[in-house]
Amino acid sequence: MTDAHLNQGPETEAVDDTVWVQEVAFIDSVPRWIAMTLVFVVFIGTWDVVTRLGLVSPIILPTPWETFDDMIFVGVNLLSGDYMLPALWITIKEVIYGFALAIAIGFSLGVLVGETAFGEKAVMPYLVAIDTMPKVAFAPLFVAWLGFGIESKVALAAFIATFPIVVGTAAGLHSADENARMLFKTMGASRMQTLIKMKLPTGLPQIFTGLKIGAVGVMAGAITGEFLGGGKGFGELIRVAASQLNTPRVFSLILYLSLVGLALYLIVQWTQRRVVFWQKESVGEYDH
Amino acid sequence: MNASLASKYSGASSGAPVYELTNVAKTYARNAVVALENVNLTLRHGSFTSVIGSSGCGKSTLLKIMAGLIPPTKGRVILQNNPVTGPRRDIGMMFQQATLFPWKTAVENIVLPIEIRDGKAAAKQAIEKAHDLLDIVGLKGFENVYPNELSGGMAQRASICRMLITEPAVLLLDEPFSALDELSRDMMNMELQRICREQDATAFLVTHSIQEAVILSDEIVVMKPRPGRIAEVVHVDLPRPRTLDMMTTPRFGEIVDHIRSMLDKGEDM
Repeated sequence: MTDAHLNQGPETEAVDDTVWVQEVAFIDSVPRWIAMTLVFVVFIGTWDVVTRLGLVSPIILPTPWETFDDMIFVGVNLLSGDYMLPALWITIKEVIYGFALAIAIGFSLGVLVGETAFGEKAVMPYLVAIDTMPKVAFAPLFVAWLGFGIESKVALAAFIATFPIVVGTAAGLHSADENARMLFKTMGASRMQTLIKMKLPTGLPQIFTGLKIGAVGVMAGAITGEFLGGGKGFGELIRVAASQLNTPRVFSLILYLSLVGLALYLIVQWTQRRVVFWQKESVGEYDH
Repeated sequence: MNASLASKYSGASSGAPVYELTNVAKTYARNAVVALENVNLTLRHGSFTSVIGSSGCGKSTLLKIMAGLIPPTKGRVILQNNPVTGPRRDIGMMFQQATLFPWKTAVENIVLPIEIRDGKAAAKQAIEKAHDLLDIVGLKGFENVYPNELSGGMAQRASICRMLITEPAVLLLDEPFSALDELSRDMMNMELQRICREQDATAFLVTHSIQEAVILSDEIVVMKPRPGRIAEVVHVDLPRPRTLDMMTTPRFGEIVDHIRSMLDKGEDM
């Protein structure tokens, strides 16, 4: 071969390698932690300047440092098991029960709608109709039906989180391709076998997408329920702090609450990675 | 030349009839499309038959009817002396896509037909056989690998094993290697020939490639569209076993040319 000859020959010349100039824009080459810190600093800095210059009334927007102090106060209160901890626990219970209820109902309805022609024809239109309603507006009804305890909050949280789970499940069941369906038919699989052994596993990525959207909604539902239906949860603490114009407290409570929401989301994501182990994270090699 | 090549039903393999299609027709009532008209076909034991034709000639419809996936509008389909009225265990099928399930390992995918029909315990017992099959197709050592880690050709090999695990009497192949690159396809075709001989299987292949049809088949069913029907059954008298070298012989070229001219004529209609 000519190539081999050239490579091994004594007269091989030193050749410069082709050098690629990688034109990665500076903004894309910044490491994640630096970029995140930068955004955080800019955000806090702007916040600080705005409050320091008195552009906004301190009642409307506290300084970042007041908020930080209050976060420490709330943190100590929670860790020492003072009055805020039971309130947080109530809200966490509402979120967990609400999510569990939403999963049970959402998954069942999703299978009904996604698997049966009856469900798709007769149930789906009603679900879409209810889904387009502003669900928060049902809060007073839930209070009237279920009282001021956690039941009405659980109901609203579940109500909001159910629909994305229905849609995710139904879409997941539809995602199996023609070949897989044909294959199962040639193997003589029953409808139940096809559902359990093929359609459900195939649809797991979409089902988990529905669960993630539901996990976000369930938090919003629980807090809205507490705002509108009272009780003793974390939302009530926020409402009281707001009515006392204690804005630093409102901010810090919201931040702690967001940790709960984040934890729920991460639990769902972690479960997804364990269960749907074959699903590859889409990484765009050519995206900067 | 035509006369020597075009031999309707004569000179087929000597085996007993396995598949018998008589006057099979398929009409889609909704739009009054005649997908298939008056198809008569006999597959003999141990023979390899291909069906070729432009798109819309009804070859996929024919395959689905033979597989018991859809009913014919008219006519009779008999497999091993029993009418085909639904999917059957003695039919093995393979598609263009390997369609392995990513949550199952190679071996678990292969024993899936057993799991569906006979349950988990039977599937477990079939694992040893699945290992043997993987060995046959050259996938030894990949038993517990997930499909994500298999190449396209390897995945199709695994799906061959899945088709063979139930020891079907006939193999229905729907363009099984058309998604592979040409080098892999040639190799897989030779492999398929060897497997069919070893398993003494009767094979029916739908393909778009004239070369592929000629190198593999004893008989080639040339179909024409609108309405889908059999135009001619071409007997391939190349000696067995076939090798890729035969693709350069004059006889091979003659048969390919003949089929191509048949198909070109179909285009005008």
